[in-house]
Formats: sequence, C-alpha cells, structure tokens
Amino acid sequence: MNEAKAVEVRSVSKSFGTYQALRSVSFDIGANEFFTMLGPSGCGKTTLLRMLAGFETPDSGSIRLHGREVLDLPPHRRRVNTVFQNYALFPHMTLEQNVAFGLENLGWDRARIRARVGEMLERVHMETMARRRPGQLSGGQRQRVALARALAPDPEVLLLDEPLSALDLKLRQAMRDELRKLQRDSGITFVFVTHDQEEALDMSDRIAVLGAGEVQQIGSPTEIYEEPANRFVADFVGETNFFDVEVLETVAGQATVRTPFGLVITAPETGVAGRRRATLSVRPEKVNLGDQAQGVTMQGQVVNKNYMGGYTHYTLDIGGIELRASRRNASREGDAIAAGETVNVGFAPLSARVLAS
Amino acid sequence: MSDSALHNPPLDRPHRPRPWHNLPFWGLLPTWVLMGFALLVPVVIVAAVSVATRGTHGGFTWDFNLASYRQILFNEGWTGEMEFTPQYLMIIARTFVLAGATTLICLIFAVPVAYFIARQTAGTKAVLIYLVTLPFWVSMILRVYAWMIILGRGGPLPRFLESFGLPPGTSFMFNDFATLTAMVYTYMPLMVLPVFASIEKLDVTLIEAAHDLYANRWTTVRKVILPLTAPGIVSGAILVFVPSLGAVLEPTLMGGGKQMMMGSLIQLQFGGGRNWPFGAAIAMTLMCFVVIFLIFTAHRAARKGDVA
Ligand SMILES: Nc1ncnc2c1ncn2[C@@H]1O[C@H](COP(=O)(O)OP(=O)(O)O)[C@@H](O)[C@H]1O
Ligand SMILES: [Mg+2]
Repeated sequence: MNEAKAVEVRSVSKSFGTYQALRSVSFDIGANEFFTMLGPSGCGKTTLLRMLAGFETPDSGSIRLHGREVLDLPPHRRRVNTVFQNYALFPHMTLEQNVAFGLENLGWDRARIRARVGEMLERVHMETMARRRPGQLSGGQRQRVALARALAPDPEVLLLDEPLSALDLKLRQAMRDELRKLQRDSGITFVFVTHDQEEALDMSDRIAVLGAGEVQQIGSPTEIYEEPANRFVADFVGETNFFDVEVLETVAGQATVRTPFGLVITAPETGVAGRRRATLSVRPEKVNLGDQAQGVTMQGQVVNKNYMGGYTHYTLDIGGIELRASRRNASREGDAIAAGETVNVGFAPLSARVLAS
Repeated sequence: MSDSALHNPPLDRPHRPRPWHNLPFWGLLPTWVLMGFALLVPVVIVAAVSVATRGTHGGFTWDFNLASYRQILFNEGWTGEMEFTPQYLMIIARTFVLAGATTLICLIFAVPVAYFIARQTAGTKAVLIYLVTLPFWVSMILRVYAWMIILGRGGPLPRFLESFGLPPGTSFMFNDFATLTAMVYTYMPLMVLPVFASIEKLDVTLIEAAHDLYANRWTTVRKVILPLTAPGIVSGAILVFVPSLGAVLEPTLMGGGKQMMMGSLIQLQFGGGRNWPFGAAIAMTLMCFVVIFLIFTAHRAARKGDVA
C-alpha cells in the first residue's frame, strides 16, 4: 500500500467576518482511507471540505494533496471530486451526459468516455436510466448518479458532504454499505462529512470529531467511542452519563476519583492529571442491572423505563442521582425489571472514562 | 368555493353543471373584454384599412384593394406597369438589422450586469434592481432628448473626446450610432430583468459542480450557465427585439429621420404622407414578422421544454 498521505491539512484557520469558523485545524488522511469528519452542524465541516475542493481559501495554514501544495490551484485543476449535499446534478443533461461531463473536460476520447460512463452507471445500478434526466429520479437514484459522476474521473480524493442526509432511513442504511463497498473497490480516498455519529462509526476507517471549529479527537471508531478525548466527544458520540467527580490521584493514565455516589473508583483518564475536578463518563450500555451487575455495584430504583424492542432503556435513581442504563433484550424475558423496582446497578470501572470537565 | 362542497360529500348528489359557476370563464371576462377591445379590434381595423383604397386628398374609401401591399414591393409607373423597387424592403431590412443589433448589444451588456446583481445580498439586490428600472420613471421623450444633448454638437461626449484631439464641433447625432445608442439605452432594463431572474434562480452549486468536474470558466458558461439561463435570455431577447422593430422615437429624433425604420415609415403614412392604407399595410407586415418570430421562439422553447 502507498504510504504517502492523500491529504495533509496544516494549521488551517478561517474566519467569516468576526466569526472564527476554523481554528488551526490539522490532520492527515492516508491514501485509500475512509476518513470521516464528524461534528454538530455549524462546526465547520463543510468549510473544510470546500477548502479541499478549492471553493474556499484558508486565512492561514496549508493544504497538501498527495504531497503537493494546492492552495494556488483552482477547483478545476485539483484531482478531487465532490458529491454535493443536494447532489447538484445538471438538470439539463441526461444521466449519461452528467457522468461524462468531467471526463469530457479532462479531454478523454469519445470511445473511452462511453465505456467509462457505462461502467460507472452499471456500478451504481443506474444503467437502464442512462437517457433520463435528473428531474425524473428519486432521491436515492440521484444520489447514485452523483456518486457515479464524481467517481468516473477516478479522482485522487472523493469528498462527500452529508450525502445520505436527504435519504429516508432504510435507504440510508443500504447506501452506507454500498458507499463502503464503492470505496473498497475503487481504492479512492474518501473524505466523508456527517453530523450522524452512527454513520461515522459504521463506515469510517478513522474519524475526526470537530467541535467549535477545532479538531476534538481523531481516531478509529472504537477509539472515538470507547476512549473519548474530552467531554465534548463523549457527549456528541453516543449516549452517556456524566458525573462530576473529585480527582484523588492520577497514575499512568488511570484516575482515582470520588463519585457522587460516595464510592471511590479508578478508571482510565484523558487530560485529567493535575486537576481537582473532572467528569466521569459512563455509557448506558456499560451499566449492568440485577444479577448481571458487576464491578462497582450500588442499589438503584427504576424511575422510568422505555421499551424499544431490541433494547430497554432504564432511568435509575441512585441516592438522588440519575443514571441511565440500557439493556439488550437477549431473550423474551429480558425486559423483566419493572418500573419502581429496586435493583443492583453496576459497571466495570475500566469501561468508564474520567475526562477533563 | 361554494360552501355546499364543504358540508355535503359530493358523492351522493349527482353533479349538475351550472355554467355561471365556471369561475375560469366568468372571472376572466373583464380580461377577455379588455383584450378584445384593446388588441383584437384595433388589429381588425388596421387590417381592414390596409385593404382599403386611398382617397385622393388623404383619407380612404372602403373599396377592397391590395394596392397598398403591392406598393411595398412595386412602384406603379405612369402607364400602370409595375416596377420592382427595393426602397421599402431596404427599410424593413434596416429595421431588422437595427433591432437585431439592439438586442445583441443589450444582451452583451445585460448578462454581466444581471450576473453581478444576482450575486449581491438581498438588500443590495433590491436597490440595484430599482436603479435598473429607474429610467422608466422618466418620460421616454425626455430621455431621448437627454441623449440628443449628450451626443450632440458641444455636448458632454464630443467635448470630452475633443480634449483627446477630436476636431472641434463634432456631433455624434443623426446617424445609426445615435439611434442604436438610444434604443439600447431604452430597452436595456427589459433585457436585464428576465436575465437577472433566470440567473438568480440558477443554483450556484451547479456552477461549483462544473468547476469540481474540471470545467474552466468558459466551459462552465457554455455548458452550464448558458443552457440553464436560456429561458431568461430568450424572454429578454423577445422583450427587446419586438418593441425595437416598432421603434419610432429613436430613429426619428436620434437618427434624424433620413434613414427610416418601419415604425417611422408607418407614422409618416398616417401623418404627413396621408396614405393610411399603405401605413396599415406596412403595420400588418411588421405584425406578421413579429408573430412569425414569436411562434418560432415559442416552438423552440417548447422543444427544449423538458429541460426544466
Ligand atoms: N460564506 C460564509 N459566510 C459567512 N459565514 C459562513 C460562510 N460559510 C460558512 N459560514 C459559517 O461558518 C460556520 C461553519 O459552517 P459550515 O462549514 O457550513 O458548518 P457545517 O458544515 O459543519 O454545518 C457556520 O457557523 C456558518 O454559518
Ligand atoms: Mg455542512
């Protein structure tokens, strides 16, 4: 595999008027990687993507594509293609013409364009509609054509700006797998933007969590979920319980803290060394109930219960402190704990996380 | 709507047609009447006059006669023989060339202006659009007189150019250049507005998508912007071309009246020439050209209609 970096973003900052959209953002993307920028809306994801495409210029910092500085290159000279959020298919062209557009501009000869267009439309299962216009397609079909159009010129990097957000739930799920497959088959570097954490966790090789114009954490989906770098990441990715804790000691990445339940526990930490107060994050599915309770165990009363079919979410009251737990209903009797019942509650300290507040 | 539709489900009662409830027809009746009197009746009158016979001392008599149409192409000699004369054909041709030139020049200026306006913020847009339509608030004849002063001997433009060595006493008046200047000026807003409307409607991400797919500026204009704004450009061209064909004021005042256009020719026949049937015949001819032009463009638009 090629070890060269596909994308290098170095200390990129950008302001719109007085509003600072990006603050010294840096990251690398490896060749053939499925890289996701995840963050709440307004955190600067689109701005970053538009910088890679060349539609936006950073105020400072540099951007390299395959080792080459690109800030002086206009969009049409960058070997980068974009799948736009609203697809941006040309309404006056047939699907064929849409897919051929980039190839024509690159100066491919006719026979080669024809072959490539056919191949691409086939790859996204749209070959039977080649002569139709975008106006006659459903959202999912437009999505596929937009993908075919962007992949046809075989770009070095493919940029996707929330491409699934306009699709309905079922289709979105299917498109995730399809996108992932397209990425593996084509070997093209994908830079994928989304505010949907599930999408990010499901598809990515690596995720950069963006918040407030800054990179909050970069890592594999498991790292992002299980080892969040700060409170923002733990909160934005997945569900979690936060508790204010007092730090007693930090040793070798482990913090010993006093919890509001009165218990003292030792759990992995990030950025807590030297602080007195911190936040303990415990994911609901890491909390076990009843006879499954292990690790740190307490008594809690079920104050609310939400049956979701595959899961049941419980809200527990532990000496006046609220804790949410979720439990997989592995058997039909899985949902046996009733609201109002007092049960054993436990979680393994290793699966919790102490974070800077 | 009638309230019975609200209270009773329409299923159980057979629907009786009540023609006076036919809103599309009766509601539009005033429009039909107005259109009839303002459009159809005058056209019928002009058509009738065009086939009437010219009176000896001006005026005309209701005797069917195609002489006026013949007169457009042929000159009747003393002995009654018909001799082909291209003088009126030349005027028709000039009219088309000048109207075409006006349309083209308006288009060349209007597209960048409209593009510029379309890219401003909402507030600035409103102000700029207002400014574009501003000349309409001043009487057209005043505006043409203003141009006569600007271009005429001793006017600002000649004076300005004289300071760069143009011989003193130069005038830019009374030629086709002057006519064109006034026509372009007069009809420019009619081009800017529809072109602006279509450019504003254009989704900017399509332009970005074109650049993203390796199209340079020119390719983007040619393959994306022009095809998608064509409806606005066509409407603008019609709005400028059609009234340009009938222009009277500009060729008379700015062109000096020596080099006529069809509009001034028609006016002359109803005025000093005292040949109403001939004037009406030219007017009918002009109208035929306009109708043919409109049918042609409408046909083309319909053929490309599946685009939108
Ligand atoms: N052209 C612009 N002018 C002014 N503000 C902008 C512009 N583009 C983006 N912004 C602002 O920058 C911030 C980040 O925008 P964006 O990158 O679109 O966020 P995201 O894609 O993560 O939702 C937003 O607050 C947005 O309002
Ligand atoms: Mg966005």
